[in-house]
Amino acid sequence: MTAGTTAPKPPGADLPEHPDHLWRDAEPRRAYDVVVVGGGGHGLATAHYLAKNHGITNVAVLEKGWLAGGNMARNTTLIRSNYLWDESAGIYEHALKLWEGLEEDLDYPILFSQRGVLNLAHTEQDVRDSVRRVEANKLNGIDAEWLGPDEVAKVCPIVNVSSDIRYPVQGATFQPRAGIAKHDYVAWGFARRASEASIDIIQDCEVTGFVTDADRVTGVRTTRGTIAAGTVALCAAGHTSTLLDMLGVRAPLQSHPLQALVSELLEPVHPTIVMSNAVHVYVSQAHKGELVMGAGVDSYNGYGQRGAFHVIERQMAAAVELFPVFARAHLLRSWAGIVDVTPDASPIVGHTPYENVFLNCGWGTGGFKATPGLGWAFADTVAHGRPHPLVAPFGLDRFVTGALVDEHGAAAVAH
Amino acid sequence: MQLIACPWCGPREEIEFSYGGQAHVAYPEHPASLTDEQWAHFVFFRDNPKGPFAERWSHSAGCRRWFTAVRDTRTHRFVSPPEMTS
Repeated sequence: MTAGTTAPKPPGADLPEHPDHLWRDAEPRRAYDVVVVGGGGHGLATAHYLAKNHGITNVAVLEKGWLAGGNMARNTTLIRSNYLWDESAGIYEHALKLWEGLEEDLDYPILFSQRGVLNLAHTEQDVRDSVRRVEANKLNGIDAEWLGPDEVAKVCPIVNVSSDIRYPVQGATFQPRAGIAKHDYVAWGFARRASEASIDIIQDCEVTGFVTDADRVTGVRTTRGTIAAGTVALCAAGHTSTLLDMLGVRAPLQSHPLQALVSELLEPVHPTIVMSNAVHVYVSQAHKGELVMGAGVDSYNGYGQRGAFHVIERQMAAAVELFPVFARAHLLRSWAGIVDVTPDASPIVGHTPYENVFLNCGWGTGGFKATPGLGWAFADTVAHGRPHPLVAPFGLDRFVTGALVDEHGAAAVAH
Repeated sequence: MQLIACPWCGPREEIEFSYGGQAHVAYPEHPASLTDEQWAHFVFFRDNPKGPFAERWSHSAGCRRWFTAVRDTRTHRFVSPPEMTS
């Protein structure tokens, strides 16, 4: 290359190189004040905020596989807070505000790109529900607007807003502050800060049982020995039921495969995020250039981290109709994560029948976006032994009292 | 795509079937006497095992009849022949 000329950079050229070691791969000690079960985004964020906000550092994060290798490695990295109800707006908007300052907090690049999200409406009922949600968002101080089809085309020119398709786009909600982040970097950033605070991150350490004493859990049995625990914080997402079964606690969770896929690297064509609940697809373009697409959940329960092909086929049919330009893109790889779905599409966070065991699960198809907000509120819950106000509406008892937080509309993934 | 053995029609592709969740969840015998907690468990709470799971299926795009089958949720493989129960 001669001086003065600039060769075009391939997509992704600006991404930082993978680092060597950001955290200590710790050996388990005999006892900790707090044992966090699950080394994904939620567990690592909880550990980080336990240290940062509460000065609690005698903490272990137990991970049965490798760090952030479950749903944290399998989600579509969408971040937004445009949920309908006040309770959801509270926790998701708290999370979004933390995302906006997370690079500084973690002192680590997470490539948070606020490119906005369009949630498409395809029917008159979609339109009514969407406008209602926009107004509810505004009342909660969340940025939201309703766009007609022409305005949708201005925000995202590659969306087919023709009236001549099977499910024409009648408009969309738009949240400009929504975005995507690099999921691995988020996990590494949290792990690095937690490890710096001398929290032990212990991989390849599966929980096989609990040591109980009346209504307390005194220790955790693992594949690497028994570890005594002052408080236990469960952050096991799709595998929460297997842990609760060991404790004899029931929760209204059903674990389903949720599939996603990526195309090969393409030039930047897709400036925002587009979600469509009605036709079961949501699409963004990752920093390197892959189109990242998610589907609806597979209908039946499963822990196999793979889904059925017809679900992807249907998702691709919807994607190609909405984005004709995608028709010649090649599928690079597909996968499934195991999502823990609740009856009202809202999470379950708070007390269990054991006084020193706290539950965080049921985020279903949307846990990634909540990562910092949940970590913040769950750390506070663990530190003070009572639910933080932002998660208090999401207790297990709401299924008895009937105070459900029905977010099937805003969850935006069919289940 | 896997084949599911409808007990009346024989093996068919899974897109012909609808999922009905956990099997053997009976309507309460004395619904008026249930506590709120018992109602909650009947309405919302279902088993979620990692392993064999007895569940309801409907051959909704075929004979439209319901049946019960045991499937392993780790592999998605049906581990016992479906029962002819409606």
